Amino acid sequence: MRNERDLSSVAPASKQGVGARVPRKEDDRLMRGRGQFVGDIRLAGLQDVAFVRSPLAHARIRAIHIPERYRDVVFTSADLVGIKPIRAITGLAGFKPSDQPILATDKIRQVGELVAMCVAPTRAEAEDIAASVTLDLEELPAVYDMLKAREPGSPLVHEPWGDNIFLESFFELDISSALDAPIKVTREISTARQCMSPLEGRGVIATFDHRLDQLTLYTGSQMPHIVRNGLSDCLEMDQGQIRIVSPDVGGGFGHKGILLPEEVCLSWLTMKRGFPVRWIEDRREHLVASSNCREHHYKITVYADRDGTLRGIDCEATVDSGAYSSYPFSACLEAAQVVSILPGPYQMPAYRCRTYSVATNKCPILPYRGVARTGVCFALELMLDLVAAEAGLEPGDVRLRNLVRPEQMPFDNITKKHFDSGDYPEALRRAVAQIDIDGIRARQRKGEEDGRLIGVGLSIYCEQAAHGTSVYSGWGIPMVPGHEQATARLTPDGGLELKVGVHSHGQGLETTLSQVAFEMLGVDVGKIRVVHGDTAMTPYSTGTWGSRCMVMAGGAVATACHELGERAKKIGAKLLQVDEANVVLVDGEIRGPNGSVTLKEIAHTWYRRPQDLPGDVDPGGLEATSGYKPQRDSGTFSYAAHAVTVAIDPDLGDVEILDYVIVEDGGVLVNPMIVDGQIYGGLAQGIGTALYEEMPFDRAGQPLNTTLADYLLPGPTEVPMPWLDHMETPSPYTKFGVKGIGEGGAIAPPAAIGNAVNDALRRLGVEMLQSPITPRRVLEGILAARDAKRTAA
Amino acid sequence: MKPAPFAYERPRDIASALAVMTGTEGVVKIMAGGQSLGPMLNLRLVAPDTIVDITGLAELKHVEVTGDELVIGACVTHADIEDGRIPDVTRGAMQRVASAIAYRAVRNRGTVGGSLSHADPSADWVSTFAALGATLSLRSAKGARLVAMKDFMLGALESVLQSGEMLEAVRVPVMSRSARWGYVKSCRKTGEFAHAIGAVLIDPEAGSARIVIGAVEAAPIIVENTNEMFGGRITGDFKTRFDARVADALLSKAGMSDAADRHIHVTVLRRAVAEAAA
Repeated sequence: MRNERDLSSVAPASKQGVGARVPRKEDDRLMRGRGQFVGDIRLAGLQDVAFVRSPLAHARIRAIHIPERYRDVVFTSADLVGIKPIRAITGLAGFKPSDQPILATDKIRQVGELVAMCVAPTRAEAEDIAASVTLDLEELPAVYDMLKAREPGSPLVHEPWGDNIFLESFFELDISSALDAPIKVTREISTARQCMSPLEGRGVIATFDHRLDQLTLYTGSQMPHIVRNGLSDCLEMDQGQIRIVSPDVGGGFGHKGILLPEEVCLSWLTMKRGFPVRWIEDRREHLVASSNCREHHYKITVYADRDGTLRGIDCEATVDSGAYSSYPFSACLEAAQVVSILPGPYQMPAYRCRTYSVATNKCPILPYRGVARTGVCFALELMLDLVAAEAGLEPGDVRLRNLVRPEQMPFDNITKKHFDSGDYPEALRRAVAQIDIDGIRARQRKGEEDGRLIGVGLSIYCEQAAHGTSVYSGWGIPMVPGHEQATARLTPDGGLELKVGVHSHGQGLETTLSQVAFEMLGVDVGKIRVVHGDTAMTPYSTGTWGSRCMVMAGGAVATACHELGERAKKIGAKLLQVDEANVVLVDGEIRGPNGSVTLKEIAHTWYRRPQDLPGDVDPGGLEATSGYKPQRDSGTFSYAAHAVTVAIDPDLGDVEILDYVIVEDGGVLVNPMIVDGQIYGGLAQGIGTALYEEMPFDRAGQPLNTTLADYLLPGPTEVPMPWLDHMETPSPYTKFGVKGIGEGGAIAPPAAIGNAVNDALRRLGVEMLQSPITPRRVLEGILAARDAKRTAA
Repeated sequence: MKPAPFAYERPRDIASALAVMTGTEGVVKIMAGGQSLGPMLNLRLVAPDTIVDITGLAELKHVEVTGDELVIGACVTHADIEDGRIPDVTRGAMQRVASAIAYRAVRNRGTVGGSLSHADPSADWVSTFAALGATLSLRSAKGARLVAMKDFMLGALESVLQSGEMLEAVRVPVMSRSARWGYVKSCRKTGEFAHAIGAVLIDPEAGSARIVIGAVEAAPIIVENTNEMFGGRITGDFKTRFDARVADALLSKAGMSDAADRHIHVTVLRRAVAEAAA
């Protein structure tokens, strides 16, 4: 089938390396519907699993009634003898661990918790069986509000703890010095609980191969090697007995970085019953029982001088961590991160922050693209605009006064985050110029013909990515990244295979890692295959998270390719009969003073005509595995300034985005087109956080938006085409100067949009301090302000 | 999200459809496109014993203009109307409404009769046909009866349809030359369910109007004393005569206690009136 477009020919060979807009290799199969996701896999004898899930948020299980005829196809915790619960601890002082049962034992702690597993030839039949199982539950008062959950006397999610606090974190430096500042603004700001919504939900197929004495788990995962660690712990099996395959994955965003009880269940079931079993998460399971994120509350005070200079920030933040500490990131990643990143890209002399990770009767909170940064950016950037309003200054000017300046780089901020490089003020200035704030101010003075209210908002953040051993060993969670490894192997025909332990599920790594290899070896991108997503075929890796892949796996591929190149040079020099010092590797060939030999010829010689090799050739051959860490593992800091203009319909509360500007600096970009795509996707999710997505719960702990008719996601008509500008300040610490950029697009939009809305509503005396900014909240704010004005008059 | 087991019948004419409906044990549900029923089945919110799929009934796809009425078979799709495949007697009003129902994929399969029978308060046709003054033809084994659209819907997901009875056709009166149409709905985003609908057909020459306030979590509110809403009489300057306070009071009386809800509905109605005047 060579009638299809050969992607290698799209970009000329000289333009395939770092910085080239090479079309994504993986899109050829994905755009033609030929991707292979878990749901596409068919195994002989495969049966489907449906789960009986808890209808209550908090209850004791008195009995589980299984109809007699289904006794041998329904399984409960009583059947899972010897299977250990999921336990994700941290090394942080005071942390209280939770045990997440694989199937509920005596107590239920969230709606949707797994109670029983039903297996049948089809999913529909399995659901029929699940519907026939009845639960005898004693309902307990639900812990549904994280602030109430902190109060003494609250019902307890985990009784032995004595309270509902997973962890309390604290930082203080000199806050007393800020207290006499002339400007002091205090607010409560919150972000709603959301549900990450990749196109593909979770899915698992488990099967056991007796020849290999090996369990194979096909699971849509961002981090297959970490799943293997966790599964090995829960099942008490040797790691060699477990193979995790993560095929094509339809978006992760953090949702697929978690060890699932379902993965443990199905692994046990296939070994128990001897046939392959499958569970494909449906959208209702997804919304009710999984992938929740983002629920933060801030009580925050910002101190500043009249000229807008920040004097200090004082904050108490609470994160609703849900019922269990999920594996491997734990229940504390978000809240503990809040403490360390709240100061944002700014400098300030004083800071105090206390955070609480609170257990509630909701699903465990998972790290979603941007993790705590989206909430932190929302809280901090909204506050900076309020400071600007108080000082009578333009919000952009207040930011410029406090941003870390380029001449200060690298810069250690107040929480000892090490900003590697960049020009933050320049990004902001460009965004301000492009959105044309002066023009908008003039328009605001004039008023809109259609009666709508126009507002402009800014936000800026910096984002730590690819942070490594020194950072994560401090957290003490079950996963600490070390050297990232890659294998590079020349095939006998001169092609190149790269094997990496990270996973690509939208990031385009099959393309960008090939570009890195091209840069190192000159092998055509079309002749490079990237192998990933299989523990049997790839080096160990903590996987894809934290915007780390381009820095870490890219660095590892470069290192492995370098080593491979050195070996090829040795062979080439011998074949050219010159000294090794006199050859160079250029454009896929080894060149000497009087001739050259291609990598293809070298590969042919090594594999097919070893008789032509000299006797003292390096026996390592043309396959190299090598590891990589940046010079500093404190992380790269990409950053971006967002600016947005909105129009608000004051009678309906609708917010329309009129113009959106992003100026971002992700260091050296390996493939700017892919970076653009990452930013567009992140923006869509950020707009979801800002305006649409919300998972509310009632007082019984019931999630209320349990279908996509209620849980609103932005679609094509809600996401504008942004104006994008790239700055490219290299990181001084990484190979090629790259920085991690994967999450950034989703961080700044809620803050920028929130500020724009508040700018539009300021003359009405209305403030939106809660995401999502729904038409209802806007309208209620406007009506309340009108009533207040009327009462005052 | 798989439906509970059910039997499936796909009759070829109305008589056999009615025979299945009356002659079958247990709960029978008609499927006329499945755009609402499908998700409800998958969520197991309904678990009928038998589904009667009526989309194979040619009689229900029949459309004709007879006298001063357009008769639309129940299985005509929203897309048929959107694409102009049926005659237009409303000067484009129905076409515009159809083109903004949910998403194109829904419009391809969703039918006029299915939407009306489902009687979702936020659906477009229940308000539109009430404002257009349409009549519905309901058929059972005993024969047909005509019910005015304004009397058809009893509440959310509730209509006058009896067991063994199905919606056969919608009869839409030809819109007079002097009539002015306005239709505005408020949705969180394109294609989502409306949370406020205003549908107005105002004829300043005749001094009459039909005013419908829809998506009120119950049957649409059909304004009885329309003159009152325009300061006592309906004339060419009806846009400026529109009295929002009357609409607000009407909604309060109808039990809409939340001020923001009323504000949204009154705003949407005012805009529908303005559209009619434009």
